Amino acid sequence: MSAVVKKRLLSWGTWLATFLLMLVMCLPGLWVVLSAFRPNREILAKPAVWVPQDLSFANFGMIFGTGGNQVAIPVLSYFSNSMIIAMTSTVIALLVGMSGGYAFARFRFTGKNGLFLGLMLSRAVPGIALSLPVFMIWSKLGLIDAKAGLILVYVALNVPFTIWLIDGFFRQIPKEMSEAAQVDGCTRWQAFWKIEFPLARSGIASAGVFAFLTSWNEYALASQLTRSTDSKTLPVGLMDFTAQFTIDWAGMSAMAVIIIVPALILTFLVQKHLIAGLTFGGVKG
Amino acid sequence: MGSITLEKVVKKYGSLEVVHGIDLDIAHNEFVVLVGPSGCGKSTTLRMIAGLEDISGGAIRIGDVLVNDLPPRKRNISMVFQNYALYPHMSVRENLGFGLRIAGHSDDEIAARVAEAAQVLSLSELMERTPAELSGGQRQRVAMGRAIVRHPEAFLFDEPLSNLDAKLRVQMRTEIKKLHQKVKTTVVYVTHDQVEAMTLADRIVVMKDGFIEQVGTPMEVFNHPVNGFVASFIGSPPMNLLPAQIVSGQVRLGDGLCLPVPDRLSARVVEGQQVIFGLRPDDITPVGYGLHQDGQTVDLDLTVDLAELLGTETLLYTRLGAQETLGKMFNPRSVAEGEVLTFRLALDKAHLFDAQSGRSVVEVV
Repeated sequence: MSAVVKKRLLSWGTWLATFLLMLVMCLPGLWVVLSAFRPNREILAKPAVWVPQDLSFANFGMIFGTGGNQVAIPVLSYFSNSMIIAMTSTVIALLVGMSGGYAFARFRFTGKNGLFLGLMLSRAVPGIALSLPVFMIWSKLGLIDAKAGLILVYVALNVPFTIWLIDGFFRQIPKEMSEAAQVDGCTRWQAFWKIEFPLARSGIASAGVFAFLTSWNEYALASQLTRSTDSKTLPVGLMDFTAQFTIDWAGMSAMAVIIIVPALILTFLVQKHLIAGLTFGGVKG
Repeated sequence: MGSITLEKVVKKYGSLEVVHGIDLDIAHNEFVVLVGPSGCGKSTTLRMIAGLEDISGGAIRIGDVLVNDLPPRKRNISMVFQNYALYPHMSVRENLGFGLRIAGHSDDEIAARVAEAAQVLSLSELMERTPAELSGGQRQRVAMGRAIVRHPEAFLFDEPLSNLDAKLRVQMRTEIKKLHQKVKTTVVYVTHDQVEAMTLADRIVVMKDGFIEQVGTPMEVFNHPVNGFVASFIGSPPMNLLPAQIVSGQVRLGDGLCLPVPDRLSARVVEGQQVIFGLRPDDITPVGYGLHQDGQTVDLDLTVDLAELLGTETLLYTRLGAQETLGKMFNPRSVAEGEVLTFRLALDKAHLFDAQSGRSVVEVV
């Protein structure tokens, strides 16, 4: 066998392996997306109908309450609750993460190591383990079934992570950058915004995406702390499709697609920042 | 006026004092080099002048202004960092113009001054590149360009050449010297390389352990070191320093070998005094192969343990007073290891340091 043929076979083999692996990973997601556009009887058919026969937006219409005979689910409320809660908690977590990460990367202060260790340890506690104490305290404070209550919880969940991630990015920027800017005439604040912030932007964007997705997808705590359309988020809303004896798979899948799409859009928007783009040439190569 | 004055400047980190009340006057347009081994406080001193470190005591004046509490941006200085600290997200043009833009100059003026600096440093071809696309020497020039566009009162250089390879370092050293000739400004330059110090400086400040050991022109520091540390630090290869004692008017080395006390120092030593005898390799040369062989000299037959060929000269390792001693052969012939040569020691170039204080006997009153 010639070397060229061998190389070609190897290349095809690699592609095949990649395809199979991706198939295993993507199939469930693909199935959910497909199911969102298929009627219940096709989803539940035995044997399974592999090739969709009847694709339509009927399921979406149904959950939005236009046409169809099923009681509509307040998707718009859930969607706006999710958006408000995820956005607000992300912005707060990023602001705290930026200040905290910068402080950990640049300043010397007493108790620094202990504080950092404490933040990291708090990540080791599974969120659900805190649900009971959080529930008790929140109910005393009147934060049950309030957006503010969930925002507070998500900020607490995300802050240690954003601090840790952003700290790492600021550490990579030599402190001489900010010093050079200060000698060049900047205040410390200007040096941060004009030099250090743009250089850490990819890190801050990654931290933002992670924080947003954590809040957007979180189910366990949200299911405990929300009650009504005032505060229920999309993942919690998914459970509206389960009745005592039946599950409306078609509606649930359609709703899942509604949850997935914004997350996908966001990831695509910031993906060029996620690939830590900036090549560092400002210091010795 | 770009003079810089340090009065009793102290730097402490917590309870650890790293700079112990140093005094220094740097004149307008003077090129001063702070030199010393790592940890001697030279970079800290420079950073205190820049305002990047607070001072724990004393006073710093730039021009006639007390700058103790002024932030870096109000000191009208510019600085070239060891790692250049160019802004990686900006082109060379933006890097050069950044300081002017912050200061609020008009676009026309920024363009003119950036072009002028680019001209001086031959950067005109590279203006649209980012730092990542530049070689080490080019980055170095951009860093210097960023310093000169602002027409500051003083340039501060923090080991600017230590990241370059040997050849480029020599080249950039020359460029810095030329730059200072073109752009007459006060320069404070920190390095651990005594060759840079000797070649660049109007005055050298030798530092050790947070103290200034000696301040002087390169020739003063080279020819009249005030103590053994300066003697061994300045000059390459370093001065030979041999422990000795003054016995019956002679310098008695470790193995009992006695040399006459140099005439110019004879009144400065006392009988029985423990001293360090210092002589540069240039002044220990085989007869007929030396530079200074006509003052007070003494001839000794010494065995060559090792010869290092450098081309125009050969370094000869031998033993004097039972201690390894380095000599030099100018316009050398080939020397076999183990060969015995008659060396001529230029005693009028020799130094004696008090063994206890380490200070030159010339200095001790």
